[in-house]
Formats: sequence, structure tokens, C-alpha cells
Amino acid sequence: MTTAERSKANPKTADFGASLTFDLSRPGRRGVLLPEPDVPQAELPEPRFLRSDLELPELSQNQVVRYFLGLSRLNYGVDTGFYPLGSCTMKYNPRVNEDVGRLPGFTLVHPLQPQATIQGALAVLHQLQSALAAITGMDSIGLAPAAGAQGELCGILMIKTYLEERGESDRRRKVLIPDSAHGTNPATAAMCGFEVVTIPSDRVGNTDMAALESALDDGVAAMMLTLPSTLGLFDPNIERIAETLHRHGALLYGDGANQNAFLGRARFGDLGFDVVHLNLHKTFSTPHGGGGPGAGPVCVKAKLAPYLPAPVVEADGDTYRLATPERSIGKTTAFHGSFGVLVRALTYIRSLGAEGLRAVSENAVINANYVLARLRGAYHLPYDHPCMHEVVFSGSRQRAKGVKTLDIAKRLIDYGFHPPTIYFPLIVDEALMVEPTESEGKEALDAFCEAMLAIAREAKEEPELVRGAPYQAPLRRLDEATAARRPYLRWRAPAQGESA
Amino acid sequence: MIIPPDLRYTKEHEWVRLADGPSAGSGQAIGTVGITDYAQDQLGDIVYVSLPEAGKQLTQLAVFGEIESVKAVSELYSPVTGKVVEPNQALTDSPELINESPYEQGWLMKVRLADESEIHKLLTAEQYSDYIEREGE
Amino acid sequence: MTSSAHPYIPNTDEDRRAMLDAIGVATADELFADIPPELRIEGLNLSPALPEQELVREMAALAGRNQVPGDGMACFLGAGAYRHFIPSVVGHVIGRSEFYTAYTPYQPEISQGTLQTMFELQSMTCELMAMDVANAGMYDGASALAEACLMACNITGRDRIAVLDSVNQDYAAVVRTYARGRGLTVDVVADGNLSAEHACLAVQHPNFFGCLEDVWSHEAAAHATGALLIAVADPISLGLLAPPGGYSADIAVAEGQSLGWPVGFGGPYLGLFACRQQYLRQMPGRIVGRTTDLDGRTGYVLTLQTREQHIRRERATSNICTSQQLVGLAAAVYLAAVGKHGLRQIAETCYHRAHYAAERIAALPGYSLAFPTPFFKEFTVRCPKPVEGIQELLLEQGIIGGLDVSERVENGMLLCVTEVNTREEIDRLIAALAEVNP
Repeated sequence: MTTAERSKANPKTADFGASLTFDLSRPGRRGVLLPEPDVPQAELPEPRFLRSDLELPELSQNQVVRYFLGLSRLNYGVDTGFYPLGSCTMKYNPRVNEDVGRLPGFTLVHPLQPQATIQGALAVLHQLQSALAAITGMDSIGLAPAAGAQGELCGILMIKTYLEERGESDRRRKVLIPDSAHGTNPATAAMCGFEVVTIPSDRVGNTDMAALESALDDGVAAMMLTLPSTLGLFDPNIERIAETLHRHGALLYGDGANQNAFLGRARFGDLGFDVVHLNLHKTFSTPHGGGGPGAGPVCVKAKLAPYLPAPVVEADGDTYRLATPERSIGKTTAFHGSFGVLVRALTYIRSLGAEGLRAVSENAVINANYVLARLRGAYHLPYDHPCMHEVVFSGSRQRAKGVKTLDIAKRLIDYGFHPPTIYFPLIVDEALMVEPTESEGKEALDAFCEAMLAIAREAKEEPELVRGAPYQAPLRRLDEATAARRPYLRWRAPAQGESA
Repeated sequence: MIIPPDLRYTKEHEWVRLADGPSAGSGQAIGTVGITDYAQDQLGDIVYVSLPEAGKQLTQLAVFGEIESVKAVSELYSPVTGKVVEPNQALTDSPELINESPYEQGWLMKVRLADESEIHKLLTAEQYSDYIEREGE
Repeated sequence: MTSSAHPYIPNTDEDRRAMLDAIGVATADELFADIPPELRIEGLNLSPALPEQELVREMAALAGRNQVPGDGMACFLGAGAYRHFIPSVVGHVIGRSEFYTAYTPYQPEISQGTLQTMFELQSMTCELMAMDVANAGMYDGASALAEACLMACNITGRDRIAVLDSVNQDYAAVVRTYARGRGLTVDVVADGNLSAEHACLAVQHPNFFGCLEDVWSHEAAAHATGALLIAVADPISLGLLAPPGGYSADIAVAEGQSLGWPVGFGGPYLGLFACRQQYLRQMPGRIVGRTTDLDGRTGYVLTLQTREQHIRRERATSNICTSQQLVGLAAAVYLAAVGKHGLRQIAETCYHRAHYAAERIAALPGYSLAFPTPFFKEFTVRCPKPVEGIQELLLEQGIIGGLDVSERVENGMLLCVTEVNTREEIDRLIAALAEVNP
């Protein structure tokens, strides 16, 4: 069907993307009535300081609402359906968190108000610091990092500063990172001036202990380890890894992206980690927002506490104050981090309580293992072992029949599901990484597994069907190659003669 | 998979072609460098290539540039030591030429070789063919 | 939690039983067998679950312990976080959970809402800044500046960063944090003090003290030594003032919070980031491009991803993997709602009210403007007494005064006046300041 035919057949599939707010604009329209200056007019600065034109759209209010509502309907969110995006922990975002986060007593606080006027906000931060310390078993918590990647940056900078003060930074220039790690880990280590050394995984998916031993010398600053790993496996050698690193004077950094797997079952601090970052938008249910904002608190053992990013909150009885740790690595955002996200995370923790958080990990792990058990026969399992909160399949069997993992992912869209994470971790060929989270019940998992089994059958019997998917989404597959070859990155006024 | 018999190859999947075959012997030989059909197939849609400017010194089997598909970036290794004479300007606007014509229009650069005898350290078409067969297993 | 499930966890005991059977284990504990037994814990030392109504009551009580602007409390704080009116449409659009419960748009066929919004914001950022290309957003204005400085070092191959001394000190602090990782030097410089080792000069305009900068002379100084000019702009001011592209900035960043997002105790915010076309491939952050689908319909995708950490890993332009998308959505809706004339009107209202306040305060005995230069919506006042005491007096009268900048200007107070500060509030401020005895 041509575009025109398709548009005629189903008005919903009209070429929505062709008209931006700029195209809908008509001179003279406005979306909101604004106050007129009710004070004497001051003289404007000399003309060179002023701008002559500003090309922003002019829309009526109804147009603004319809346009963005239309856009929202092209999106798939956790509220739309099952979203088993591995490593991203797409759990339900409780509505009460949103209501609490939007209380005027929180949203209207200016970050530079006198501290006597912001005791409620500081109490929120202090309570969250305490709760995260209890959950991770670490001594001190810094809430300032605006995202997981910034938490990593802080953690590695703290290690760097700690080594500097011990006179070891000139020598310890390497950071060890497993081959299964998130891309942020090596990117962060490089931003902090370290050389990245990749540590392979062993046959069963854990850290290759022999490789670790041979990589370790007195030039290693730290190892960045994700636990459980991106393969969804809890490395049973974790104590030995920590002990080995510490014996060589290196530190153990924890990527806490997968904390959801063992909430209330074990604590990073007890496992030997020196510094860990958490992703509150993963484990602690704050919404992902379509790609931010998040928050990435950094949690440390006492020896690293003096280096925490500023600010931290200290309590003096019932009075709280913002403080800068003695040898802080400094600030990472202009103010105090993602406060709105931190409020939501605290609300979540208090809603679940100690037992509820333990139930989270239990159900997340049961759910992932249930998916593993149901799909074991249809999809290759490169690491066939009980998993934690996520399970990684390989589409290699289907690939052999000419159906790629990408095709399987796109076909899942037609069955009404968001696809799993694909092609990650990099060490699994044709990877399909499924993280159901505790938010789904058995019947939702059954429906997903039925779809995956149906697609496995289709891949054998009707591979063309799978390769052409999706058919039911707002758009069909997009031409990403042309997008990258000839970048078209902003609105442009239609040329003369072209219709708007 | 096309592997022209008259070229020499690296294990990193680059090829080099000498103007008059691998034994011109003048000391001023110009080689043309590109990536193989196998490489372009493995990379998928090539969207960008970063090449050295004319005059840049190259070392055999050292990195000289980068090639990008939509979701991968790979380093390019020079098959020969020498000096860049000319990068392929057509690739700036049309990197897809590498996919469409890896041995002709999709060449990456022309190089003045410092030492023609280096060519013999590279794989012949037959050796390269065996090599990618083993790699594919 | 034994029998009754929490509302966020749907599995019943019966479900769990059936699933454990299918998995082939007797208890859930068996699934945790890889955790070394001696390191397992029985539970967390946290308070028990709170029913929703108690949860709301407790959290609302915490919110109630803050004194916030509104209900008779006036506020004249700015310094990087700005109170501007937020049209109702913004809250309603960002409240759509199809937007806020989605992840990064890795599957473009079912993420066009997010992707098209990102493209809108990139386009609007380019228009506001008069720059060639923009990314879809960064953490905040300060970290955007830090990333811009690192980018300038990558482009120029130099390792010294110059930040003008009138740039917000907290922004300079964030630049220092980012710079220390790679051992880059950050120099806080006065006018024109650049060497050929500097990768960039960062200029805030209007500057931290509210003043308009002579951006043209800074531009000349930077480019004379081969450094890039990085502009830190206030997006509301761009309704009125010449944009960074107009004074030949190479990279322009801004705090996007002013565009439809509450001050919210400092975050999460939105870093706007734009640059010249020639630096596109060195730009950090997410970028969306326009393309077509198999049927020829227009669509949007994440593009130029090979710059990013998930592909280039240790050689990425940055480790960032967010675009602060929800805050970016608010900014796009805000700009669409206020439109080209609205933004100008807001900027002019800020300008006139700020000047109304400044003139009258400067006329009070003992008060004067600290700088003779033109300003936009913030200005620095030299007070007759230490600022701390004045702030307390103001607070007693229901006014959150300006920021104490006495470390930089003797008895200096940085005041911010926007369109949300009514004339009545401003008059109250003037009257209260008049009562301060020199």
C-alpha cells in the first residue's frame, strides 16, 4: 500500500510525523494569555543586545493539547502494557509517588532558600540517605548524582581522589571491567582518565577468576562490577573477587543497576563493595520519563565518605542542614541533584517497607525464572542456570533460519508487547534480555511466553512474516541508515512551492 | 562473497591494490585501499567513515580511521606503510558506496607506499578466503 | 510478606506455587542459591509498609515543613533556578503516562511520541539559540556547561578551560568536577586573560550578577587565541536578547528549567545544548533525526548513536545516557504554548518589573546597584547592612529575599524579578528594605 492509500484506509495512520508545531503555526494565534507589564516601562538595552527575530510556533491552546495528546498515543509505556526491557527494570510507577512528588510544598521550594525554611525537604533527603544505607549496607550515601551514569562518574572520581591522597594515583591507572558490562562503565572510567582493561566472563557467565588474577597488579585502581551481572547471574565468587582486589590494593566498584534482584536478601556492603551507585528510576520505581530524569545516588564505605559529592544532609537532632564533605569531589549539578526523583523513591520505600522490598526481589526473580523455564525449549539459553531478575536468551537458532533477533523484537510489537533489550550484553550472540520485574503477574507472563513461542513457530514456518514486522504499530520499520547518513536534525521551513 | 584475486588483504578485512600489480618496483607505487565485501556485509549499512587527510603518515597494520554502521563503529587498519595521497571524498556524502561497490567506487584512500615489499606480509586472495571461512565457523 | 501481596506485586501465593513448580524448585530461596549463605540477610532494618493514606499524610507533613512562595509569601531568589509561570497545558501533557512511563525510545515504531517531542525540542533549542544543531537534553545547565568544556578540549586538543569570573560559581564548580577526571585545568579568568593553551572561554550572558556581558569582546578574545566560545544563556532572556549564534558562540548551553518546570528544590532540571554544525560528531548526548518508514511515512529515530557510550564505550563523547526527556517535554509544550510573541512578552515583563524594582531599591537610603551595566531580570544591590540580617527581617514580613553574594560584593544581594512577582509584591519588598536602618 502506498502512503496515500494507507492514509485513506485508516485515518489514524496519517503521516502524523510530517507536521510539527512549526508547520501547524499560524501568525496571530496564541496558547496562553500572559500578563501585560503593569509597571512603568524601562528603556530597553541598546539594539545590539536585542534580537530581531525568533522563529517559534504560534498555536491556539486546543492545538497544543491535541498535538501532544496525539503524540502520547504513539508511545508505549509501562501503563500501556508489559515492558520486559532487560537491565532497565520497567516496573510499575505507583501513582501515589506522582501525587506526593507534585505537592506544592516540594515543587515550589527554591533551592537557595534559607535552610530554616526547607527543613521538610532536607528531612526527605536525610530519610532517604538512611533508608539507602540500610538497604545497601554501606556507611554513607550521596544523593547528588542526577543519574546512574553521573553516580558512576562520582564513584570513580572518589576512587581517583582517594588514591591521589594516598600517593598511588600515578601508579594505579587501570580500571578492570567485565566484557558483559554496561557501556557507561568503560565510558565513565575513560572520562576519569583511567585505562580500561576488559575482563572476560568464564564459560558459565561469571567473572573469569584466572583472568582477573592475571590482570591484577599494583597498577589497578579498581574493578567495576555489575551484580547480578547483565547476564542476570549472581557471581558466587563475589567474596573472592572482593578479597582478591583488596589484597592488591584495588577497590571494588558496584554498578547497582540490578539491585532489584536481591533487595532484602544481601547487601552490597556485606559483599565487599567499596562504592556502589543505585538507579532510583530502576529499583525504586520512579518513572523513566521516556529517557530521564533519573537519580543515581552513590553509596560508600566510611573510608570514602569524605569524598562524597556535595551536598549531603547532616542531622543535628531534629534540625537538618546541607553540608559539603571535607574532601568532596565537588558538585555535579548546580544544586542538590534530582530532588523530585528522590521524593518519589522515598515514597516507594515507605510504601513497601522492609518486608515489601524483600517481596519485590523474590517475585522479580521467580518471574524471570518462570520465563526462563517456559521458553527454554524454543530459544537458545547460552547460560542455562537459575537466573536472578532477568534472563538472557539468544536468537541464534532463529538466526540460522534467517530470522534475526531484531525481527523477533519487532514481531513482539504486533503481539502487543514492548520488546526485550536486544543485542546486549555484547557477549551473547543475538541476545534477547528479558526482565519481567515483580510488577507482572503470572497471567501476563503466560501471555508474553505464548507470544514468544508463537514467534518461534513463525520464524520456522513463515520467516517472511517475522522479517516484515511490525504491522500493527503506528509506524513500520524506519530507515535508520538514511537518518545517520544524511542527518536531518531540526525543523526546516518548507521550501517555496512545497506544501506545509 | 567477492574476493578479487589480484588484491592483497589484512586479517582486519582491508584490501590494497597496486597500480601495476604487487611488483611495480619503482619505489613510487600508489596503492588503493578499501574494505572487503565480507567486511561491508558484516558491518551492514555503512553510514559514516572518518578518513585521514592527504599527507598523513600511515604505518602498516596501524589504525588510520573509523567506519560506522548505524549501531557499530570499527577501526580501520592500514595494509601498508606510506603517505596518504588522497582520501575518497565521495564517501562524505555517499558512504553507502562502500556497501554497493567495496572494490571500486567505495575505495577509502590512495597511498604512496614507503616499502613495496611489505605487500608480501599481507594475505593473498586465497589465504584471505580461507581465513574468513575459519572466522565464520 | 507471607500471604497478602502488596498492591504493586500481583502474584498470589497460588501463582508463586505454580511458577516454582514450573521452574522445578521447591522454594524461592533455592533461586538465590548463588548468594554465599554467610552473606545472606533475613530482612532489612526499615520500618514496615505504610498504608497509602498514612503514607500521603506523612509525606504531606514533610512537604508542609517547607516554607514556599505563594499564599502571601513572596520570593526574589533566582541565581540559576527561576520561578516563571507554568501554563496549565504543560502539567496536563506531562501527566500523560504514555510519556512518563516509557523508557528511552530504542524501538522507534512504538516511541514516536517521545522521538517527535525530542525533535521538536532540538528544533526549538536551535531557534532560541540561533545555533545549527542541538541535542535532546542533558542533566542541567551546569553539567551541560561541563560537557561543553570537555567537548571543546576534545575539539581543540588543548587541556585548559577558561571560565569567566562572572559565571555562576556553582557552574564553575561542576566544570571543575568534570575536569578533574581527565586532569584538565580550569582557570577562572577576568576579561580577555586567555592563552593559546585554552580550549574555550565560557561566558554567562546575562551573567551571574544579572548583568549583560560584552559578549562581542569575549568572542574576539576567545577566537583570537583559537579557543571556542561557550555561551551560557537564560532561555527566557532569549525572547528579547540577541542569541548565542548572533555573537558567534561555538557551543551554547542553558538551564531549561525556566521553560515550564518548577524550581522543585533544584532538580531534576534540563540542560539545553547546541553547537555549530561542524562539531556535530563531537557533541555529547542523544540526538534524534527525521527519516521515513517502510511505507514512506515520516518518522523519527535516535541517530548518530555511534558517539554514545552504549556503542563506543570507553571512546564515547560522554557517559551520559539520558536526555531528561520528561523535562524536555515540558519545555517543548511550554514553548509551543507561549509561542514566539509570548516568550517576548514574558521576557519584557521580567525586564520592566526588574527595572522597576531596581530603580526604587537603588533610590532607598543606603542602597545602590553594585554594577552600572545593563541587566535583564536579576540585579545585584549593595545593602546598608550584612545581607543575612536583612534576609531574616524580610522573612518575618513574608518575603524570601535575594541571595547573599557578599563573598563577591560587599553586602551584596542578588535579586531576581520575573513575571510571577506582582507589582504589589515588589512594592512590599521595597517597603521592607526601606525599614532596614543603615
